[in-house]
Amino acid sequence: MKLPRGDTVWGWIMASPAVIGLLLFMVLPFVVAIGLSFTTYRFNSPLPLRWEGLGNYIDLLTSSDFLRAVLNNIMFAAVVVPVQTGLALMLALLVNQRLRGMSVFRTLFFMPVIYPMALVAVVWALIFAPAPTGLMNRIVALFSFGHVQAPIDFLRNGYLAMPCIMVMSIWQGVGFQMVILLAALQGVPETLYEAARIDGAGRVARFRHVTMPQLRNSLIFVAMVTTILAFRLFDQIWILTRGGPNNATTTVLYQAFVASRERNQIGLGAAMAVLFFIFVGVVTLVQHFGVRQHREIQ
Amino acid sequence: MSKSIQNRHLLLSYGLLILVALVFVWPLVFMLAASVTPNEQVLARASGLGALLSRDWTWSNYKSVLGQLEFFSFLRNSIFIVGVIVLSGLVVNSMAGYALSRLRWSGREAVLAVVIALMVIPYEALAVPLFFEMTVVGWINSYQVQIVPFIANAFSIYLFYTFFNSIPRELDEAARMDRASPLQTFFHVAAPLARPAFASVAILSFLMNWGVFLWPLMVTRGPGYQPLPVALGYFSANKPVRWGDIMAFGTLMVIPVLMVFLIFQKGFVKGIARTGIKG
Repeated sequence: MKLPRGDTVWGWIMASPAVIGLLLFMVLPFVVAIGLSFTTYRFNSPLPLRWEGLGNYIDLLTSSDFLRAVLNNIMFAAVVVPVQTGLALMLALLVNQRLRGMSVFRTLFFMPVIYPMALVAVVWALIFAPAPTGLMNRIVALFSFGHVQAPIDFLRNGYLAMPCIMVMSIWQGVGFQMVILLAALQGVPETLYEAARIDGAGRVARFRHVTMPQLRNSLIFVAMVTTILAFRLFDQIWILTRGGPNNATTTVLYQAFVASRERNQIGLGAAMAVLFFIFVGVVTLVQHFGVRQHREIQ
Repeated sequence: MSKSIQNRHLLLSYGLLILVALVFVWPLVFMLAASVTPNEQVLARASGLGALLSRDWTWSNYKSVLGQLEFFSFLRNSIFIVGVIVLSGLVVNSMAGYALSRLRWSGREAVLAVVIALMVIPYEALAVPLFFEMTVVGWINSYQVQIVPFIANAFSIYLFYTFFNSIPRELDEAARMDRASPLQTFFHVAAPLARPAFASVAILSFLMNWGVFLWPLMVTRGPGYQPLPVALGYFSANKPVRWGDIMAFGTLMVIPVLMVFLIFQKGFVKGIARTGIKG
């Protein structure tokens, strides 16, 4: 087929608004971030701009606040990615049954995904309220048969604050993964199950040898999205804990926000942004190769 | 399977489904209940059931949210910002998606590669340098700082691109033979066929932008240009916390989102699932 000529002009005309937008607001900031990260740039600073070399990076990698933030993000990812993906898989299997009213349950499980995170955070602040009548305090009292001294101030407790944030985030996000895994489940050809049945495979064997391999790419995708999400942790932290108590819930993004917005340390904030890119790049590559390998096996 | 085992299985499934549903629905119910409970009593009845069963519901929280708390000012900002992003985003991103899918132009492969690469980068990663850029331009504390950077969206472009790839080319080729320009072909032939893609991009973009928190917090000073989510941050910072007011505010804020979701949920969930498989 031969398209009329002159497409190069039209192609650029039609794509240019979007291309210019992406260049100005994604590519340019990316380049600017790399440049700024090597300087001492601050807003409203009377000092002259200085080339810092790797100074900002060295400051970050030796700052206990920043290292704690990285550690918190890693902890968050290490817990939330497997737990949330596992729960999402269970939910997907649960709502993949052919039962009456199943679409209602799917909708209900998915609903938290659409709530603004700031809203989810204030609702959960009430659930974690440090009062004997707070919902979470009641649940704890119920299951400990009164052995735990109520009320617990969950969000101001150095050991409990992060787990609370994790629970809340899983509650909000698990529906998203469920929908993706559900679609993957429904995409598994029925003939594979039939063949397995003829070979005498039981329920568990069918799940392990038919369902799981077929879900592999979707599981990798879901895990990757959740990992990147784990490093975007900010809204809940800002509203519920402001990184506290004692940095127990501080995150990379929270540190970047405080450095650049409240202390005007743009150079330092830019260095954090660059480390963030590197991280996203690595995660994406890992996913990329994970998926490709699978295709080669097939 | 015998009848009784089948029944037991059914009972177990529904029991589990209802239990899980409670976990997902309860916080929302809880918010609604708290929103009609007097501020001082919310904590005392915070386990929820009490609040639900109580008879002395009150609209006073809603009155104070709508009256003194400038709800409408935040709402106006949110609607304006998100509305402009969604509408102009539909035009800009669909044209780009069409050009990538249907036209042969030098630079097409490069642009497509850039779009795919940018899809995985969350805006939060760019917040600091973008904040710097916007400060230099002098856009801090305005509407445009919250709108213009988010109109072009790699993910939306990609969704349009894949959608245009999936509809037959014959119709727009016929139009092109009749000497319609690519732009005319796009507006009169291709775009009408791509209505489902426009709908799902609009919904996704609305839901994503309605909840944005970090960016407005960074680039606005004071409530003049701030959207709804940022207002929630103010509430939780003021002590003693007026739980009833917060929950009334939250309820009003989530109503548009719930309406959009419940009306369009079928296509919406499908859209998400599709991106997951493609991803």
